[in-house]
Amino acid sequence: MSDIKIKDNAEQMINSTSDLHHADPHQGAEHHGAPKGYKRWLFSTNHKDIGSLYLWFSLTMFFIGGAMAMIIRAELFQPGLQLVEPNFFNQMTTSHGLIMVFGAVMPAFVGLANWMLPLMIGAPDMALPRMNNWSFWILPFAFSLLLLSLFTEGGGPNFGWTFYPPLSTKYSPDSTAMFVFSVHLMGISSIMGAINVIVTILNMRAPGMTMMKMPMFVWTWLITAFLLIAVMPVLAGAVTMILTDKYFGTSFFDAAGGGDPVLFQHIFWFFGHPEVYIMILPSFGIISAIIPTFARKQLFGYHSMVYATASIAILSFTVWAHHMFTVGLPLAAELFFMYCTMLISVPTGVKIFNWVSTLWRGSITFEVPMLFSLAFIVLFTIGGFSGLMLAITPADFQYHDTYFVVAHFHYVLVTGAVFSIMAAAYYWLPKWTGYMFNERLGKWHFWCSLISVNILFFPMHFLGLAGMPRRIPDYALQFADINKIVSIGGFMFGLSQLLFVAVVIMAVRGGQKAPAKPWEGAEGLEWTVPSPAPYHTFDTPPEVK
Amino acid sequence: MDNFEGGYVRLSKLTTPLIASVLGIVSTPLFAQQSTLNMTEGVTGISNTVYNLHMTILYICIAIAVIVFGIMFWSLYRHRKSQGAIAAKFHESTTVEIIWTAIPIVILIAMAIPSTQALILMEDTSEADITIQITGSQWKWHYRYFDHDLEFYSRLTTSQAEINNEVEKQPYYLKEVDNPLVLPINKKIRFLVTADDVIHSWWVPAFAVKKDANPGFINEAWTKIDTPGTYRGQCAELCGKDHGFMPIVVTALEPEAFDDWLAQAKITANQQLQAEQQSLTKTMDMPTMMTLGETVYNRTCAACHQAGGQGIPGAFPALKNSPVALGDVNKHINIVLQGVPGTAMAAFAKQLTKKELAAVITYERNAWDNNTGDIVQPAQIDTALTNSN
Amino acid sequence: MTAPKIKKHLRLLIFSAVGMFGFGFALVPLYDVFCDITGLNGKDYSRESSVPMTTVDESRTVKVEFVTYLNKQLPWQFKPEINSIELHPGERYQVSFMAVNQSDQDTFGRAVPSISPGYGAQYLVKTECFCFQEQMLAANEEATMPLIFYIDPNIPADISTLTLAYTLFKNEPNADLAMNQKK
Repeated sequence: MSDIKIKDNAEQMINSTSDLHHADPHQGAEHHGAPKGYKRWLFSTNHKDIGSLYLWFSLTMFFIGGAMAMIIRAELFQPGLQLVEPNFFNQMTTSHGLIMVFGAVMPAFVGLANWMLPLMIGAPDMALPRMNNWSFWILPFAFSLLLLSLFTEGGGPNFGWTFYPPLSTKYSPDSTAMFVFSVHLMGISSIMGAINVIVTILNMRAPGMTMMKMPMFVWTWLITAFLLIAVMPVLAGAVTMILTDKYFGTSFFDAAGGGDPVLFQHIFWFFGHPEVYIMILPSFGIISAIIPTFARKQLFGYHSMVYATASIAILSFTVWAHHMFTVGLPLAAELFFMYCTMLISVPTGVKIFNWVSTLWRGSITFEVPMLFSLAFIVLFTIGGFSGLMLAITPADFQYHDTYFVVAHFHYVLVTGAVFSIMAAAYYWLPKWTGYMFNERLGKWHFWCSLISVNILFFPMHFLGLAGMPRRIPDYALQFADINKIVSIGGFMFGLSQLLFVAVVIMAVRGGQKAPAKPWEGAEGLEWTVPSPAPYHTFDTPPEVK
Repeated sequence: MDNFEGGYVRLSKLTTPLIASVLGIVSTPLFAQQSTLNMTEGVTGISNTVYNLHMTILYICIAIAVIVFGIMFWSLYRHRKSQGAIAAKFHESTTVEIIWTAIPIVILIAMAIPSTQALILMEDTSEADITIQITGSQWKWHYRYFDHDLEFYSRLTTSQAEINNEVEKQPYYLKEVDNPLVLPINKKIRFLVTADDVIHSWWVPAFAVKKDANPGFINEAWTKIDTPGTYRGQCAELCGKDHGFMPIVVTALEPEAFDDWLAQAKITANQQLQAEQQSLTKTMDMPTMMTLGETVYNRTCAACHQAGGQGIPGAFPALKNSPVALGDVNKHINIVLQGVPGTAMAAFAKQLTKKELAAVITYERNAWDNNTGDIVQPAQIDTALTNSN
Repeated sequence: MTAPKIKKHLRLLIFSAVGMFGFGFALVPLYDVFCDITGLNGKDYSRESSVPMTTVDESRTVKVEFVTYLNKQLPWQFKPEINSIELHPGERYQVSFMAVNQSDQDTFGRAVPSISPGYGAQYLVKTECFCFQEQMLAANEEATMPLIFYIDPNIPADISTLTLAYTLFKNEPNADLAMNQKK
């Protein structure tokens, strides 16, 4: 990004700005463009800078978590123990899960929210810029703590990202306290981010931007933020109880002291199920922005999309025990959670149908963001189908804790959430950097990812159905061939992501200049500001008709 | 028992894996009958029901996918800008929204009915003919025949050499145990499942039984096996380091054969008890104890303390040069017999015979340059157990 | 977009987050209440009961099974005198559990009950039970521990068998104490 250019833009902004009575406390003082050097980033209260920080952080974590996945797949390449000890293998699966969920996917969405929400609703910045700075800078500490725990004597967390006690209490490594505190920090960061999103959306909209005129991405993030505030504190409570059970002699989850280990699973999944929607609702928003752009046709059924998102969010609080069908629930509970879970497929189906209807009789082109979005629709739906199968309690007794589940949630999280983040990155890169990305390389990235991700995750369905449990470092010979294919797919997918880094770095460094609206069919306020978006935008609120 | 293998041998060989999986990606149902790629039909009424349910829902999903993706891809093909497509203006229709909300609900109800019926059947554990108490612990299963006074541990028998790729892997690699659970066919068998330390999950795919074993709580499940044979499964809930190494093997016999087996097993158990008593009077020499001790150690202790006795720093203490193995022998015996509260160290008094206990303690005190020269005798173990009795 | 409104929203949201943190902990007692009512986890919530004897229902019997577990192979013996009994609902019955501490250390044990099916738990009424207190057995001590109970005649007709499991846990802080004293 060129500093001089930004400065010019900022000065233009000052000249054109007359009213300074924004709620924003730092307003007025910082109208000199971006500060220089590390201070720009360390003390930043600018939503665009913080957004970039989040996105770079997320990309870094994506590669660290990905490296762990490579270790896992390398160990599982053939039967027998070759590379790592079972204990280290468990640390890898645990850290991979935690880092991808809390370090890669969630920060990427918060980064996108930071960058795009103010631009989409015509606000000069987020409502609480200093808190914004905090909520980002907590993250590097949280993840350093988590990663450092891997190097302690006894190793890092090895009890799975779901950390079921007593494995995570009485039988966990000494470093468990580090894990607990890092989850606390991640939770605080997410909650602050969510508060900021809600306050911004509710208070900072440009005149005329009514709730039902907000872009879908804004809507989905608003609902996601409410989910975050509702469940992240519950997760914090759960890890706190783990901490006191392990170190301070309480017995929340210890039958010997009158507790119940299954209680933990209820609390965890009360957080955990809304959490999976936290990781997919913003994706729905992204796809709802991109599909209409490249179909050159307005999003079909905007209202029903909003209602569907809200129903998914509400239903997400009534399905948590479908993660625990084998735990020994009474029949009535099993039936209740089965029905509720099946019901969630209705609003989700509505979304898919709406997207397909948006495509119908459009004028479709296939730029890279569109390719990722189309892949999202198909592959996320496959994940949805396996989710529906998992909801059927009697069948779940066979699927539960097998690779079928692993296949399911990687379809919704990798070809779902991650693909939508990639689509978003390609979609808004010209706006962020001011340059068009290398389309050819982007298409290579897409096709390599698409092919390898299916070689990686589709055969996992077969592994699970044939009886391979998840989280095992070694397996019976009958699973050998498919595991080999899966591992090859994994290595290919991992390598393909280097193309993405190349595309992003090239687009940051230069290239063909991007116009304010690089995509013909794009709609929305973000395309009314120049590319790259100036350091300060919408100091004068735009009028929305 | 191996001649009993039903349907299992088929699983182990897949000649053209790549082609099969590529085809599999294109169309799953082609391979519906092959268990390497699909759920087993199993050998119980319930497992058949579950299989049919699974296939029905899979086909419904495929049908929906074909329709939705069919429309989508047709649209992508026909409505390309490059083909001169001009975008239409419509963007809302309450009618179609209602239709595509209602149709899925109908489909879901159609799915829910057979699922509910199957579930009610699965949860009915009443009027069982035989009850088995299953207890999971790190990393083995313990079976007890309720009302029959017979109990035993069931552990993995695959050798460390196979796991570490030093010798060729046998066909039932990681799915073989020393004492399989033996069950009669055509009887309603009830399982009472619990755990000793962390949560485990007892899973035999051929029965469609998977039940979590929660420490301090009992769970019930049941099965009625149709066909004699050997059925294999494994622990399905992450339970620590050797989660991947605690298989389940069930041998299903005709009821008469089962009764014979049960009677014989009780006699054998009794003989072992007597042999145990006799061993108390004998004084064992060092080589015998070291050989036996090494076997027991590698089977029981090496998972945590490691074959070289070095432990895993921070997680499992070393025995090599440790104060326990070099210090007071009685303290060492006590730790092995009674475990260490609040840690993963279990009490082994009931898991091993007195001779085995004596041997393994002897081994720990003399292997890896520990060289204390102590030979612990079975009688010492007996004394430690029944001190003043 | 006025500052007071933003502050108000901020306060509300922080309050909600703190509230949800509290809710996480509130789930613990809520879960107990919920389990007590529905028998969700089969935990036995019955305390010492002084409920007067109700009439005995001679028309049916319920089989009660007694199962014992020793957590982590605790070096005790712990067995019921009988494995199972057929009882009429309302009929009071006493069963004894024999416990022997086979180690040479004084040990505190706590028997944690679990009942299956879970929703049957509330119908097993204990009037006296060793599980109400922690048990201490001196080294090599033997004890007979009584349990007096009856089946509530309101028990649903579809429950024909109740399994009562006791898992005996070593009470660890006290065990440590005992070990230290020995040294």
